[in-house]
Amino acid sequence: MNKKICYGIFLLALLVAPFVMYPVLLMKLLCFALFACAFNLLLGFTGLLSFGHAAFFGGAAYVTGYAIQTLGLPFEVSIMLGTATAALVGLLMGLLAVRRQGIYFTMITLALAQMFYFVCVQVPQTGGEDGLQGVARGKLLGLLDLSNDFTMYYVVLAIAIGGFALIVRTIHSPFGQVLKAIKENEPRAISLGYDVDKYKLLAFVLSAALAGLAGSTKTTALGLASLTDVEWTMSGLVVLMTLVGGLGTVIGPIVGAVLVIGLENRLSDIGEWLANVTTIEWFRTLGDSASIVIGFIFVVCVLLFRRGIVGEALAFFAKSANRKPA
Amino acid sequence: MEIFGVSSQALLSQLMLGLVNGSFYAMLSLGLAVIFGLLNVINFAHGALYMLGAFCAWLGLTYFGLNYWEMLVLAPLIVALFGIVIERTMLRWLYKLDHLYGLLLTFGITLMIEGVFRSIYGVSGQPYSVPDALAGATDLGFMILPNYRAWVVLASLTACFTTWFVIEKTKLGAYLRAGTENPKLVEAFGINVPLMVTLTYGFGVGLAGLAGVLAAPVIQVSPLMGSNLIIVVFAVVVIGGMGSIMGSIVTGLGLGVIEGLTRVFYPQASATVVFIVMAIVLLIRPAGLFGKEK
Repeated sequence: MNKKICYGIFLLALLVAPFVMYPVLLMKLLCFALFACAFNLLLGFTGLLSFGHAAFFGGAAYVTGYAIQTLGLPFEVSIMLGTATAALVGLLMGLLAVRRQGIYFTMITLALAQMFYFVCVQVPQTGGEDGLQGVARGKLLGLLDLSNDFTMYYVVLAIAIGGFALIVRTIHSPFGQVLKAIKENEPRAISLGYDVDKYKLLAFVLSAALAGLAGSTKTTALGLASLTDVEWTMSGLVVLMTLVGGLGTVIGPIVGAVLVIGLENRLSDIGEWLANVTTIEWFRTLGDSASIVIGFIFVVCVLLFRRGIVGEALAFFAKSANRKPA
Repeated sequence: MEIFGVSSQALLSQLMLGLVNGSFYAMLSLGLAVIFGLLNVINFAHGALYMLGAFCAWLGLTYFGLNYWEMLVLAPLIVALFGIVIERTMLRWLYKLDHLYGLLLTFGITLMIEGVFRSIYGVSGQPYSVPDALAGATDLGFMILPNYRAWVVLASLTACFTTWFVIEKTKLGAYLRAGTENPKLVEAFGINVPLMVTLTYGFGVGLAGLAGVLAAPVIQVSPLMGSNLIIVVFAVVVIGGMGSIMGSIVTGLGLGVIEGLTRVFYPQASATVVFIVMAIVLLIRPAGLFGKEK
């Protein structure tokens, strides 16, 4: 009951948000939140660390951009095409990656995503260094004009909520329970007769498709698909969002995505402020060196906050709830 | 003379360049394998530390007037020392956790090292000239061999085989191999395993630093040189498996050569060929060419 009220308030806040904040930034946050949730389905609930999710996110972003700009396809079809492409790339990558366990799985996904990146650099359809710019949003179902930021925001919100609901449903389904069993004890899941590789592959494809949905939506919302979306740093960024928010928590990745994207956005302001407070001039260049800050947060998170913000909060509440009856 | 429509000079020079790249792959994947064996950590920072080695050489020459040969000794030591600090202060706390955390920590360290160098030197490369003693080229009759490239291959092979000899044939290596199999038991015999772990990490990254110094005159010294390389080296490690020292060396060199040949016959695929080989190996021999799956 309590949970439902929380979700209700959260939804209400999202509905009024564009009246308070810049809608384009909000759309970016929503897309990355969906991306991080899709990633967490794999890392947090199946125990597989993929370092290649940029390929799905960026690949779908390119396909959607190309479908709209060159093929002249409508909004919905382009997004579906992008998502389907991500699922297909995920299937191919997953087929290879599930053949190895643990750390090798991670290295394989990283290597295959890098290969995908090189392909994106070489083929002319991606626009090379410039990427695809000024992708038009078009009309939803040929009726609703999406060039208005407010209209677009609500469409993006609906897509993000749809994706999120699918992830939550998956986690609590019998399928999700099997994934959890694989995460906790893979040999045991095998001995119970589950075809572990098949389950892993299905989770991988689902996660890739949802990451693709996030990428496609991002292209239409921001009108841009570029090489940054497919680079390995993007794969790292989504790992960080999930880690900061809390691995294996349902809303952790959302919190993480908002924090990381928000931080990236405000980094130069924070740098200015730090420079004024500490009188160390170097901080003024902080806006240009986002990777130092991101790397630093990574190190701090891994050493001190492995449960992430939401994970730590849940652990804190669980502890105080335990203490009460005594 | 022509082979498949390609002049033999072009073919041989690309083959040589492939061997040079291959010796970097070999040194880096060897270091990764030694570190993974004892620490159970995949050192993502390996590429960044290779870059650090190259920058040490460049900084030494530019600001302290230390020449190539002096830095060839000093830079790996500096990188090793840096690695030891990382191991003692950070990595140490993660050994009991899932392997993934070691990877994530070293990934963060990579971003920090690269970010610092990028904010100081930008993304463009710094030129580093070939030392006088190795400048020029030798005419072998069938090809013109640049002396420095020959030196790189020779030096890295020496480093790799020395490592192989120490680990496989000496008493110190025996301790190391025993520690890889069962650290608790080795510690019970009175061997200081934590010290061994620290020194192993230092040695592994020192090897990366050495590769960096060797690479400095071949490619421009730039903050991004490490991350471009490390992902390829990961693919090399997946292909070869991390179980065998000799396997790492052979796989590294072999893939360098394959890459060189691809550059001659189908240049568009030269950036992706290692990954394609990885995919094929995964389909045929999932455990890797020399690997034994735990």
